[in-house]
Amino acid sequence: MTYRFQFQVIWDNWELLIEGVGLTLQLSALAIGLGLMVGIVGALFRTSNNQYLQGLMAVYIEAIRNTPFLVQLLFIFFGISSLGPRLGSTQAALLALTINFGAYATEIIRAGIQSIDQSQIEAGMSLGLNKRQIFRLVVLKPAIANIYPALTSQMVLLLLLSSVVSQISAKELTFMGNFLRSRTFRDFEVYFTLALIYVLLALGFKLLAQLFHHRLFTFTRHI
Amino acid sequence: MRDFSHLDIIFALLWAARWTLLLSTIAFICGGIAGFILLLMRISPFRPLKYVSWGYLEIVQGTPLLIQFLLAFFGISILGIDISPWMSATLALTTFTSAYLGDIWRGAVESIPAGQWEASKALSMNYFQQLGLVILPQAVRRSIAPTVGFLAQVIKGTSLASAIGFVELARSATNITNVTFEPFFVYLVTAVVYFAICFPISVASQKLEKFLAY
Repeated sequence: MTYRFQFQVIWDNWELLIEGVGLTLQLSALAIGLGLMVGIVGALFRTSNNQYLQGLMAVYIEAIRNTPFLVQLLFIFFGISSLGPRLGSTQAALLALTINFGAYATEIIRAGIQSIDQSQIEAGMSLGLNKRQIFRLVVLKPAIANIYPALTSQMVLLLLLSSVVSQISAKELTFMGNFLRSRTFRDFEVYFTLALIYVLLALGFKLLAQLFHHRLFTFTRHI
Repeated sequence: MRDFSHLDIIFALLWAARWTLLLSTIAFICGGIAGFILLLMRISPFRPLKYVSWGYLEIVQGTPLLIQFLLAFFGISILGIDISPWMSATLALTTFTSAYLGDIWRGAVESIPAGQWEASKALSMNYFQQLGLVILPQAVRRSIAPTVGFLAQVIKGTSLASAIGFVELARSATNITNVTFEPFFVYLVTAVVYFAICFPISVASQKLEKFLAY
């Protein structure tokens, strides 16, 4: 059997795919932003002296890291919705992605915070900085600089993970691909194009992350 | 039709987990073999092999696992092959596993100081002796913990095989939900089953890391 490739259908429906890319990027960006906030607060809890907060964070991290994202998503979308507030598919997708990324970010940022030497904090105190300044300037910023590679590769993983939310019909890139496939039956062409777009998105993000690294952490060059 | 009790649901999910375990075992073994070949290509002195291995890794790590499943199921049919969900799930997950394991092992090999290569060369060993007798035995020790940790990733990855109609744990959960209308309970139990499988593996990986550290 010979097969004739017809990428024409992709060209004819490029608006659909662009729309999908838009939601993929929006979901990823929001989940990363919100997840980072979760991660910073979570890492603070995790390194605090309060045992209950520490335990709570340990349960959160292990629960998320040892279950598949798909099940987390279905649990939030169908499970939680069946009890109380009905979530839309996009809202549920964003919530699930944020909770997922937050857990990984917590663990990564915790490692960063623990990499900061106690003497740095003492040096900050002797310079007369207050507690918030010490946390922001002496602990958090160098901590993020130390874990920057791990954090950005986790962000790439999140971008790829966002394809899973197509399973609850959030209209991102993979959903649009599935829709296109079911209408045109050009299975290979559609998924090949999707794979290509994801590779380009991931590569683009990696390049962007490298550019930002030079911008954000100028202070590391003096060390 | 009879009603499902909560106990029935739990047993049905536990019974469905066997497909998850079977699929991840097969993919882990096949992916391990393919990953080892990728590793040999990546660290070989022959450049083209190196680039092929590198390109494969970038493409696989740059695409979502879900797309790999969909490509393996819907995409393969253009070759004129009628492919079952079993075969395509195995194929997709093997591809995914091989890329990541190859990368983990490459990291372990590259963490061995260059002096080890030079010393074994000075003992007039050939390339394969250097690799087999000096480098790999040391690299294996360093890669055991992350390899075990990655097994949990593979098990979690099998859940996406549900998208191509492979009935494993996550798919069974959806099927059961459609009958019982109890998504909260069903998905909670499903998550607990996954956790019960993955958590011991994660703990073992952490323990091994401490145990095998120099």
